[in-house]
Amino acid sequence: MSQELADLHAMWRIRVLEETILRLRLDGDVVGSVHLENGQEAIAVGACRRLRKQDAVFSTYRGHGWALARGVPPEKILAELLYRRTGVNGGRGGSAHFSAPEYGFYGENSIVGAGAPIAVGAALAAKFDGSGRVALTVFGDGAMNQGGVTEAMNLAAAMDLPVVFVCENNKYSELTPINDMVRNPDLSARAHALGIPAVRIDGNDPAEVAAAVGLAVTTAEHGRGPTFIEAATRRITGHYIGDAQTYRPAGELEADEKNEPLVRLGQKLGEAQAQKAEQRARDEIAAATERALAAPLTDPSTAREHLYV
Amino acid sequence: MSETAKLTYGGAINAALARSLDQMPETLLFGEDVALPGGVFGVTRGLRKAYGERVFDTPISETAMLGAAVGAAIMGRRPIVEIMWADFMLVAFDQIVNQAANVRYVSEGRLSAPMTIRTQQGNAPGACAQHSQNLEALLLHVPGIRVAMPVQAQDAYDLTLSAVACDDPVVVIENRTLYAGAKAEVQIGGQIAPIGGHRLRRAGDDITVVTWGAITSSVEAAVDATGVSADVIEAVWLNPFDTEAVLASVRRTGRLLVVHEANLTGGFGAEVVARVTESGVPLKTPPKRVGAKDSRIPAAVQLAREVLPQTDEIAAALKAMTR
Ligand SMILES: Cc1ncc(C[n+]2csc(CCOP(=O)(O)OP(=O)(O)O)c2C)c(N)n1
Ligand SMILES: [Mg+2]
Repeated sequence: MSQELADLHAMWRIRVLEETILRLRLDGDVVGSVHLENGQEAIAVGACRRLRKQDAVFSTYRGHGWALARGVPPEKILAELLYRRTGVNGGRGGSAHFSAPEYGFYGENSIVGAGAPIAVGAALAAKFDGSGRVALTVFGDGAMNQGGVTEAMNLAAAMDLPVVFVCENNKYSELTPINDMVRNPDLSARAHALGIPAVRIDGNDPAEVAAAVGLAVTTAEHGRGPTFIEAATRRITGHYIGDAQTYRPAGELEADEKNEPLVRLGQKLGEAQAQKAEQRARDEIAAATERALAAPLTDPSTAREHLYV
Repeated sequence: MSETAKLTYGGAINAALARSLDQMPETLLFGEDVALPGGVFGVTRGLRKAYGERVFDTPISETAMLGAAVGAAIMGRRPIVEIMWADFMLVAFDQIVNQAANVRYVSEGRLSAPMTIRTQQGNAPGACAQHSQNLEALLLHVPGIRVAMPVQAQDAYDLTLSAVACDDPVVVIENRTLYAGAKAEVQIGGQIAPIGGHRLRRAGDDITVVTWGAITSSVEAAVDATGVSADVIEAVWLNPFDTEAVLASVRRTGRLLVVHEANLTGGFGAEVVARVTESGVPLKTPPKRVGAKDSRIPAAVQLAREVLPQTDEIAAALKAMTR
């Protein structure tokens, strides 16, 4: 299979997983706040294919796809959201806060920007543990305005730590356009100012993401410290389920839907290939959903386990 | 001039904010998504349009938001800041605890920080551990910060206005599960009350139940279901706390139960029990607290139910104590 076809299939897996989660949420099987990454799949797919087993990913609440791209089986993700015993954390984490360290997925985070300093710590550990680990932290455009993110970037820079900072610039922080909340819309400029090599890339192109992350990993591996990647993308869904998206200018969503990564790569590869990639993803996720739904709910009597050693 | 309006809890807060912006030209209202979008829960809808640039959106920068509130307040503005979830105030706790709380005291009263922090807390089904905490005890440990926790629409209206009018920092802790609830008759436009006081939700003779926050409705349900004759005191103000009202009630009932959604250990319930026992009011039975079982909060609904206080647990405590 060509790399492009593999990327398309990987993106379809995320898309179908998210569509499935949406359906489960609307049906009431999943409850609470759920954040989908429709339209942003190329970043997780492109990045994760350049990460190695020993690398560690720290994502946000918008992290289902990152976990999947990291190799977490879809059944375990869905079971987590459905609060089943077979979920990656037995339902303790849920949609917005689960982790699967055995797959190099060190977890989502529901505090904006909080993953960045933790990723720096994972890189700090690598300096001493001989693991060769590179830590990748992904966050949104809005998170750039959280002080801890700048602190984390500077610490990584000052100590030449092996960190890849990936900023998914989807133009909005919840319901507010990022460009209303900054003077300089070039977010990578902040990394430059801290002495961190920074690139701005097309986040809807998995190959471009993979190239940037690949270079960042090599840089980190060789002791040359962090890289910052600002990946331009758009979410083609609400910030949360039920978001009416009235903040979008007319026509924006329609334009974004034409430029989203699955459509783009699908057109490039042709309908026959694209359909096959989609169908394979659909079959896999459908089977995973069935198994997740059939698994038993986590026993409530275990609720207070794992608080301490 | 006072009139009534049918308002939801969220609508009552909106009305109080509108009145504050209207009648106190020094007020500012800001936070993430509060202005153009009208708030993620819609509570601040329409205020930007009505009051212009005194209502504005901020970056996701809680430290800058709260620090800017302290600075603007020192200079005579009256900022009202929304922190979307109480969990998020932790990233900027310095500006509350080290900064706002100290302004008046260490300046020997030369400075003050008349600012209101509106936030909301607690679990809702499926919410993750970082969006579920009940953090009032952290604030109540900090002298210099006032804390209010309205549950009913009328209180949401009244307490918000009292908070804004107060010349010290006040944190008003709301609850997102209440915003879009049923509408109630709310008296609007009346005199703004000073901070402090409590609400008597049920009157009875055999036990005093002190509670606050959204769990008040579970307490009411438990009292009604058991038929226990109970004084239910809702502490809508936790700082200042109406100790006298509690003592007067316990003096009559001889029994004290405190119920909060927050974790038991170090919760404000312990403080209430301590104040009552230290007062020497005779008790017919040892006082009791019902709270969360000292846990992180799991996203799984069936697990969260295990660690958070439920109506049947409150009912069982009522029955056991009054048997
Ligand atoms: C410290 C903190 N403040 C506020 C929030 C509420 N919140 C959740 S997501 C979000 C927007 C984040 O925008 P961005 O970083 O661009 O990420 P995106 O959701 O667009 O992927 C906000 C304000 C939070 N979770 N944590
Ligand atoms: Mg964003």
